[in-house]
Amino acid sequence: MAVEEGLKIELGKQGVFVTTIEELYNWGRRSSVWPMQFGLACCAIEMIATTMARYDLARFGAEVFRPSPRQADLMIISGTVTKKMAPQVVRLYNQMAEPRYVIAMGACAISGGPFKQGYNVLKGIDRYIPVDVHIPGCPPRPEALLQAFITLQEKIDGQSLTGENRPRHLNADAPGEFPVPVQGEHDLEPPANKNVWTVPVVIR
Amino acid sequence: MKTVEEIKAAIEAAVPGAGVEIVPNPSPSGQHSLLLKTETALAVAMFLRDDAELALDFLSNATGVDWLDKEVTEKVKVTKPVTKTVEGVEQTVEETVEETRKHLQPGYLEAVYHLFSVEKKHGPVVFRMRTGNRSDQVQLPSMTPVWRGAEFQEREIFDLFGIVFTGHPDLRRILMWDEFKDFPMRRDYVEPDDFDYEPTAHDEVLKRAEAHQAAECVAEPAGEGAGQ
Repeated sequence: MAVEEGLKIELGKQGVFVTTIEELYNWGRRSSVWPMQFGLACCAIEMIATTMARYDLARFGAEVFRPSPRQADLMIISGTVTKKMAPQVVRLYNQMAEPRYVIAMGACAISGGPFKQGYNVLKGIDRYIPVDVHIPGCPPRPEALLQAFITLQEKIDGQSLTGENRPRHLNADAPGEFPVPVQGEHDLEPPANKNVWTVPVVIR
Repeated sequence: MKTVEEIKAAIEAAVPGAGVEIVPNPSPSGQHSLLLKTETALAVAMFLRDDAELALDFLSNATGVDWLDKEVTEKVKVTKPVTKTVEGVEQTVEETVEETRKHLQPGYLEAVYHLFSVEKKHGPVVFRMRTGNRSDQVQLPSMTPVWRGAEFQEREIFDLFGIVFTGHPDLRRILMWDEFKDFPMRRDYVEPDDFDYEPTAHDEVLKRAEAHQAAECVAEPAGEGAGQ
């Protein structure tokens, strides 16, 4: 049960700190989201800029880019996902431990971008893995990545320990592994994971 | 630097039976190219590299071109005997008639190489090679033994156009995955039908998206029936 906000402030003035397990848990989770150290294309340059002194992603507790998927919580899909690379991206995502999150950064990662009609580019990574935050832009500015990161933190903060919107690692029924697409003779097989991505309705 | 005609003469003097043709370039750049025969191409390439005056030691670019089968229409003047009645008397007269003839010019794949000389600071010299057809005679001699820099570029041509370079040390796909069967830069390449979500479709994409939707509508009732 959440403590009433006004009472909490009043108690804080008296030197009493009151919180809930849920709040503490989410505070801990959102303040140490470690991204995975990998970049796919030019968006990666903006991602690197975001971590540097001017934009300083470390302010949000995400300065430790982990070179291993086993130690990472956040996958920033920074750039074009080619059909040759897509199985490796899904495999890396599968190797990450829960709780894990995905930010699709830039036009290519969310839809294929300027290469959408190409024979070699995946039309958005959300066809294979669940994406938490999409950032448009080509490439997005570092501020946009920061905004996405804050959005992700708000999403983590909004999750409860029980109930429908509990995080995936607390839900035994949530899928842990996502099928890796096979590189077929003409295209990736299957072209999309139906459990993750359904064709959005186009209103014309 | 020598003109293309002079280079052609030099090649023919050095390599007997080279059979070099000049492919003219009508654009202002006037970069005419040499068309080599596949049998003698390697010897000619060696000559271009090792000749003291040309010394084309640097292969800057190798690329492919796909030429589809083309129906050529040409007007030919034909003289043939025509029976006519002139002033009441039947006569056979030779008459020139214009006739339209159509014939199919078979397509081929082409590899184009651009050469420069670092030593002499001149270039480019452009040469081409053509395959027999677009299906089963797609072999061309590899230029990798002559210019090492051709290795990856020829792999790329093999990957995207399907030209098989004989004598290449490691001919594998380089951009697409190994299981891939098509050659995406060929003009008759059909990309996979994944036009299921095109929110801002127009022109060609719109047509493909509509075709996909039509196919989907046909397929869907059958799929539902199978599910029940």
